[in-house]
Amino acid sequence: MDGIPAYNYLNTPKGWKSWLLTRDHKRIGLMYLFAIMFFFLIGGIFALLIRIQLLTPNQALVKPETYNQLFTLHGAVMIFLFIIPSIPASLGNFVLPQLLGAKDVAFPRLNLASWYIYVVGALFLIYSMFSGAADTGWTFYTPYSTQTTTSVIATTLGVFILGFSSIFTGLNFIVTIHKLRAPGMTWFSMPLFCWGLYATAIIQVLATPVLGITLVLLILERLFSIGIFDPAMGGDPVLYQHFFWFYSHPAVYIMILPGMGIISETISVFSHKKIFGYKAIAFSSLGIAFVSFMVWGHHMFTSGQSEIAAMIFSFLTFLVGIPSGIKVFNWLATMYKGSISLAAPMIYTIMFLILFSIGGLTGIVLGALSVNVHMHGTYFVVAHFHYVMMGGTVMAFLAGLHYWWPKIWGRLYSEFWARVGALLIFIGFNMTFFSQFILGAKGMPRRYSTYLDQYQPLHGFSSVGSFVLGAGFVVMAVYLIYSLFRGRPAGNNPWGGLTLEWTTTSPPPPENFIETPKITHGPYDYDKVIADNG
Amino acid sequence: MKDNGNLFLPPGHSTIAPGTDALFDFIYYTSIVFFAIVVFVIVYSVWRFRPWGFKGYLRLFIIPKDALEIKVTGQRWFWSFDYPDGATSVNDLVVPVGKPVKLLMSSKDVIHSFFVPSFRIKMDVLPNRYTMTWFEATDTGAYDLFCTEYCGAKHSSMIGKVRVVGEREYAQWLESSSKAGEGMPVEDYGAKLYAQKACITCHSVDGKASTGPTFLGLFGEQVKLEGGGTATVDENYLRESILSPQARIALGYQPVMPTFQGVLKDKQIDALIAYIKSLKESGSK
Ligand code: HEC
Ligand SMILES: [Cu+2]
Repeated sequence: MDGIPAYNYLNTPKGWKSWLLTRDHKRIGLMYLFAIMFFFLIGGIFALLIRIQLLTPNQALVKPETYNQLFTLHGAVMIFLFIIPSIPASLGNFVLPQLLGAKDVAFPRLNLASWYIYVVGALFLIYSMFSGAADTGWTFYTPYSTQTTTSVIATTLGVFILGFSSIFTGLNFIVTIHKLRAPGMTWFSMPLFCWGLYATAIIQVLATPVLGITLVLLILERLFSIGIFDPAMGGDPVLYQHFFWFYSHPAVYIMILPGMGIISETISVFSHKKIFGYKAIAFSSLGIAFVSFMVWGHHMFTSGQSEIAAMIFSFLTFLVGIPSGIKVFNWLATMYKGSISLAAPMIYTIMFLILFSIGGLTGIVLGALSVNVHMHGTYFVVAHFHYVMMGGTVMAFLAGLHYWWPKIWGRLYSEFWARVGALLIFIGFNMTFFSQFILGAKGMPRRYSTYLDQYQPLHGFSSVGSFVLGAGFVVMAVYLIYSLFRGRPAGNNPWGGLTLEWTTTSPPPPENFIETPKITHGPYDYDKVIADNG
Repeated sequence: MKDNGNLFLPPGHSTIAPGTDALFDFIYYTSIVFFAIVVFVIVYSVWRFRPWGFKGYLRLFIIPKDALEIKVTGQRWFWSFDYPDGATSVNDLVVPVGKPVKLLMSSKDVIHSFFVPSFRIKMDVLPNRYTMTWFEATDTGAYDLFCTEYCGAKHSSMIGKVRVVGEREYAQWLESSSKAGEGMPVEDYGAKLYAQKACITCHSVDGKASTGPTFLGLFGEQVKLEGGGTATVDENYLRESILSPQARIALGYQPVMPTFQGVLKDKQIDALIAYIKSLKESGSK
């Protein structure tokens, strides 16, 4: 093998059994990567079908019942099977031990178990697709979800099981970060991605059980009519919304915090400059995790909650802006006066900064009570969370994927085609979703399979954008897969990164490091390293 | 190479310098522009939305004492409105201009949400309790009304209009609605009600199955029932289907038809039955 180390985790040991029973965090991370990319593809196909339907006001493609299943599946697959596990379980699994200078995570068997639990949960969701897919929306609001005849139980049971996978990964990471840092690595000399994963793990462990309990109650309600959510039996459907958002709002930060962690890495590496405000970034992650537990009510400003509660939730929601703003400021300050190389990971990083800012700022619009009353339940919300989730998390995921790709496979992809792909994605994304801000402000409600004629121009524009976006991802798939076979060998450290994973071979050996790494400089000490090397 | 540098960079004196500086400048200026936008929007938002947001939201809860009260009922998949003096309407809320209107809302099944974009109001409509909102329309016209809480198959058909009219027209409308159907053939009145009272969302009159069975050729037919048995469609079966639709369910359909008890008056049910009777299969109309 030309320039690829002969001894690496990909070929040692050999055989499919050694993969399925592996305890190597890198192989498990890779298995997660394949799984989530598969579901990203499925969810993406659902999204394109939705956009085709909305090309014309009157049912261009499918009947309303099918449309309702499509948007439910799109949401459920993207959230539970793709975005929640995406960064932590795939890239996080792969690099966390290396960033810490460790051989593996704290509980390798539990790590493998997480993957299998994920697969079982996924099978439930796939089964549900073929047995009358749920049509409730990914939020499963009662009493609709207890009345519809679609397979709500299979879907929610799948999500319930997936929750355990998420909890186990979080638990594993917390212990790993506490216990397995290389000698000499203190809390504050950890790379910031570790802080991001740490804050995420705390939310995963604390919030996911609430979702589990809620879904079990929902299942019991459907099976045995226990009457906790059903108004006909004295239950309260809004209670379900409280339970649900008590998990699902923090879950938004399960999705974004690891992404912010990746950005903190790439922005420093590609600006060749020490990260600005290390501690501020680290603590703002914890700050976001903390506040995230107290803002769930902002999903219910129009559900008839008391005005006082609404005001408190609104105020707390604005507070989230502070740690997020701190991060954005620190990232910009890191770039400023750096020496910025626009390699693919940095391009995605900049896309993240731009799109996430728009997502965050429109969050302020939605947090303001009287404006929320107008925007709630419209496409404005759809656009907002796609800017945060896709413009934020997915762009950060892509930045991380391109950043660590050479480490994972030992090969480089084509920078030229990476730029073409990124450009298509950026243009397509903004066409698709910026138009939806306008649609929403003009009153277009979400989850409509048909709509009034006046919304057609913007819907059409958005749909065309989604095809451009899809084309961008096709380009990406092609050059990434091509690189596996024809890519130039990457060498240990193609980007000049200072974190520990770049000190080992690409791909790394099964035990990550031949010798326990010594910490000679901090993760972002570019000034020091450049000075040392003359 | 002559290059005078700028605020940050010292003058450049090599062939490398211009390229480096250009790149720096480009990123620097884009960053500034973007940062300026970020800051501007933050400052603007704080100034524009915060105090007003709270105050505006509070105003939604302070309903004027003299407001005209209209009862709103949401059910899959239409809105019905009850006016103080006994008039009713479906998917067509008629209100006078320049007068506060209070909406007392509840749902008969799942959660819905009442949204009038032009008025900037929205409130969820719940099955287990009343929710309220109010507005005072400033201009006459017809404004879109949407359901914005997902409620199933025909969620996107749960739409209507808010018709804001002058004080006089409003009074006239109330009066004519209590006299509706007078002086027209009873089948025609039934046809009107078929559209007005939202039967049209679920029943076709051209033979196509929709959420519910078609009305074409329905009268006199033998229908198979869910759980075995058949029934002959006569006047009593029709009446029962409209008032207690869950009593007997036609085979192959979901039990989603709402009851029209209280929504339709006797005279209107008679008219609908007459209309359905008039819809005979091919030609013999
Ligand atoms: C939300 C959708 C919906 C609306 C609105 C609706 N129906 Fe129905 N209707 C159904 C469904 C579904 C069935 C079949 C199941 C059943 O028998 O209840 C049905 C059955 C019927 C039947 C019995 C037909 C048969 O073959 O047994 C009659 C008569 C009827 N509807 C009349 C009306 C009238 C009149 C209106 C308007 C005032 C109306 N429906 C509004 C959904 C609807
Ligand atoms: Cu509804």
